[in-house]
Amino acid sequence: MKFVDEYREASLCKGYAEEIRRTATRPWTIMEVCGGQTHTILRYGLPGMLNGAVELIHGPGCPVCVTPPSFIDAALHVASLPGVILCSFGDMLRVPGSGGDLNSARARGGNVRMVYSPFDAVELARNNPESQVVMFAVGFETTAPATAAALLSARELDNFSVICCHVLVLPAMEAVMSMKGCRVKGFLAAGHVCTVMGWNQYSALARDYRVPVIVAGFEPADILQAIHMCVSQLESGSHRVENQYTRSVSPDGNPAARELMDRVFSVTDREWRGLGMIPRSGLRLSDDWREYDAMRRFGVTLGEPAAATECMAGRVLIGEIPPTGCPHFGRGCTPESPMGAPMVSSEGACAAHYRYGRRT
Amino acid sequence: MNCPLPTPPGDTVTLAHGGGGRLTNRLIEDVMIPAFGRPPGGEQHDGALLPIQGNSGIAFTTDCHVVDPLFFPGGDIGSLSIIGTVNDLAMCGALPKWISAGFILEEGLSMSILRRVVASMANAAANSDVRIVTGDTKVVNRGKGDGIYICTSGVGQVIPGMDFRPGRVTAGDAVLVSGDIGRHGISVLACREGISLELTIESDLAPLTGKMLALANAGVDVHCMRDLTRGGLAAALNEIATASSKGMTIDEAAIPVAGEVAGACEILGLDPLQSACEGRFVLFTPEGHAQKALKAMGTGAALIGVVDDSPETGVFLRTTLGTKRVLEMPSGMLLPRIC
Repeated sequence: MKFVDEYREASLCKGYAEEIRRTATRPWTIMEVCGGQTHTILRYGLPGMLNGAVELIHGPGCPVCVTPPSFIDAALHVASLPGVILCSFGDMLRVPGSGGDLNSARARGGNVRMVYSPFDAVELARNNPESQVVMFAVGFETTAPATAAALLSARELDNFSVICCHVLVLPAMEAVMSMKGCRVKGFLAAGHVCTVMGWNQYSALARDYRVPVIVAGFEPADILQAIHMCVSQLESGSHRVENQYTRSVSPDGNPAARELMDRVFSVTDREWRGLGMIPRSGLRLSDDWREYDAMRRFGVTLGEPAAATECMAGRVLIGEIPPTGCPHFGRGCTPESPMGAPMVSSEGACAAHYRYGRRT
Repeated sequence: MNCPLPTPPGDTVTLAHGGGGRLTNRLIEDVMIPAFGRPPGGEQHDGALLPIQGNSGIAFTTDCHVVDPLFFPGGDIGSLSIIGTVNDLAMCGALPKWISAGFILEEGLSMSILRRVVASMANAAANSDVRIVTGDTKVVNRGKGDGIYICTSGVGQVIPGMDFRPGRVTAGDAVLVSGDIGRHGISVLACREGISLELTIESDLAPLTGKMLALANAGVDVHCMRDLTRGGLAAALNEIATASSKGMTIDEAAIPVAGEVAGACEILGLDPLQSACEGRFVLFTPEGHAQKALKAMGTGAALIGVVDDSPETGVFLRTTLGTKRVLEMPSGMLLPRIC
């Protein structure tokens, strides 16, 4: 496959792995932020190539994993209303709220559809004027511009609305760094988020927390090269933003996508599953777009932030314990019956470990 | 810092129970087996092997077909309903002979669609050398079905000496696959409403009796065979690993995947190893028979791995980078990743 296979080439990857082993004088703790990167790391068995030269911990960058139960409960409620079609991305269907997941809402008779894009939901609204179509809009700055563009294309529709649960990556990285017990010494930043937002926005994080931030791609050679860049900085005591993913990321990102977001959303405080409330880390519909807010349209209020239970998602997400360090991992908590969101999505740290890491 | 416990799974049937993964297995183990008991011989296989006096025995299998859309590139629900059952019989080492067909039709279905499906069934039966000998039809109210559901059962005559049950898998066996994987799943997905991928991938839907006979005629000592259906290669290998209590190592680079299938999986966030096939099978044979088997299976077949000589049960993947990881049993529905 062109433009992909080059970055999966074995000798290239082995070369980077060797460089990392040679450069690292101690096992630096590096967090890859994006769930897609976690997926690649485990799918290709990258820790096995690094031989303990670095410790990789899986960050909070799985969009469905961090969506809090209160929003899922709201989506479950909306899905149960007569005449409503609730649209969701595929892997959101199995994430538990406090009253089940969207898959079981469908089994109970709710009209829940899996879509690949918010535009599919707009199309559904156009073709079903007698129904109210609601997009459960989750994800980072990667999916938020598509939600914004879909809303702009749906201005004439009075049967389309969204449950807006988009979140921003940078505030979460800051939250991780300021947490007690945080062991992160360097970041691999999420390349696709940076494609939209640009890498300039990380300068303050690198400076204030004295932590190298490497904007990284998603193929094994990308990730290994980025780890090498990070280890080199750590070994030389520097802490700046570096861009490994140059084929996609520029300093200022994608101005058109950012403008779409600015037109439709406002920044707000947001609860993250496992991390709690993070100031200015979420996107809500701005006041001009209030009438497209499904929560408002259907009179849904958000429940209280989740109460404490046994799931250790939070400690896993900040890298305090590995997924296998949780007593429920693979026992009470599996992809078929997940206790917490990181076990649900294939990008979730626990599910990725379960699929690719167990027994090896 | 925490997330709540979900309601325990299992109080309602979800789509994942039909996905061919762990939840399907659990449905069988928790609901069906306690009520019906295990089949004669005790082993779960593609069909039941039933002894008949003075005969090498018969194989008996059944399969229900629900597919959306009814027509897809390379086939339709009609041809699928025949070939799926033919293949289950072939994987039991039996010559497929007779098939029953049960139709559940939805009120309002166009007669021309029904005719097309039935003609396709007749055509598939003729090509597979089986006869449709009995059937039944029921009609349900509009809105209570997806146009057509077809349930087929098949009877085949076991070829003397053919025993493909997983228990025969032996350490050192070569693992082979009969062709490139994942086509059926992707071709059906790509033409489903809401996914506008312009692909030319055709389903791999095809009867496997010919290849099974070619292997027998070439004198290949087949230890085990299983067709790849829901859950794809990952599910078939895991089922065999579990049933035989063996471990195996699969070389990821050796698994044949068509470029278009690999590309579609990249875009959709799916794993080709979990994508369904309807005309492919895995084969376990002593290493010394591997070349003969490849020749008998023809173009596209590949040697993909080996059964380990170790007490560890499961399927391990040697990645393209030379590292090793577990190849898990798919858990249920294929859920595309969001980004």
